[in-house]
Amino acid sequence: MTERNLTVTQDKDMTREDIRNPERFLTPAVDIFETDEGLTLVADVPGVDKDHLRLDIDQGVLTIEGLASQVDQGEQVLQEFGASGYFRQFRLPDSLDTDRTEAELKDGVLRLHLPKSEAAKPKKIAIKTVH
Amino acid sequence: MLSWNLIREMEHLRREMDEIFRGAGFGPMLDAPFLPGVGMRRYPKVNIREDGDGFYLEALLPGVDPKKLDMSVVGSTLTLSGERGEEENEGRTWHRRERGAGKFLRTIELPVDIDANKVQAEYRNGVLRVTLPKAEQVRPKRIAIKAS
Repeated sequence: MTERNLTVTQDKDMTREDIRNPERFLTPAVDIFETDEGLTLVADVPGVDKDHLRLDIDQGVLTIEGLASQVDQGEQVLQEFGASGYFRQFRLPDSLDTDRTEAELKDGVLRLHLPKSEAAKPKKIAIKTVH
Repeated sequence: MLSWNLIREMEHLRREMDEIFRGAGFGPMLDAPFLPGVGMRRYPKVNIREDGDGFYLEALLPGVDPKKLDMSVVGSTLTLSGERGEEENEGRTWHRRERGAGKFLRTIELPVDIDANKVQAEYRNGVLRVTLPKAEQVRPKRIAIKAS
């Protein structure tokens, strides 16, 4: 019983992702990698243009939401992707400087740079020799 | 002729097997728009629509350099091939890796012949849109009926 309660509180922010109709919303595939400078998130959102992509960071949760347009000429003969929207959320660590986030959209690929805050960057400490 | 049909039958069988496994618990994994590994599933994903004049194809190809994209039409068969470049790895710690990279090739057979000279393709926002007009001889023709 206690275990179940715990899960609910943990997933509180993420429930929106589950509630969305999977027929209409796709979960975009992402790559996330970390360098000394920060985190970079790369997501595949084919068919979405700049005006139909919404990115926001609220209380440490990053939301990616996009709408893609599709051709509707003629009759459907083969359908392998039906969804016209993308939705995904991530919980971000506190060590990021979210004010300096940069996003770039090219050929249906979203690149999001999330720089680390100064305090979280690795620092080299020079050692002085004392004679 | 016989061997040709055999190969085609094998291909159909393989596709059907893929289709069965798609529903068997690997759903989310196989549904990612791009999957690392070879030949696990069809790539790219396409939607095809049809009207009296032709076919309209949409293929999801995010992050593929249009210069590395190759398309050809022979008779009623469309072949799409290309490559998606891999991300560099130097000094990076990966947290998630769901987007694949590599070469792909897909052949799509349409029910009727295509007028290869009039095919138009446009790549925008990671989606390739192809207009494939039907060949003149297979287009529906209106025949006027005279009342006597």
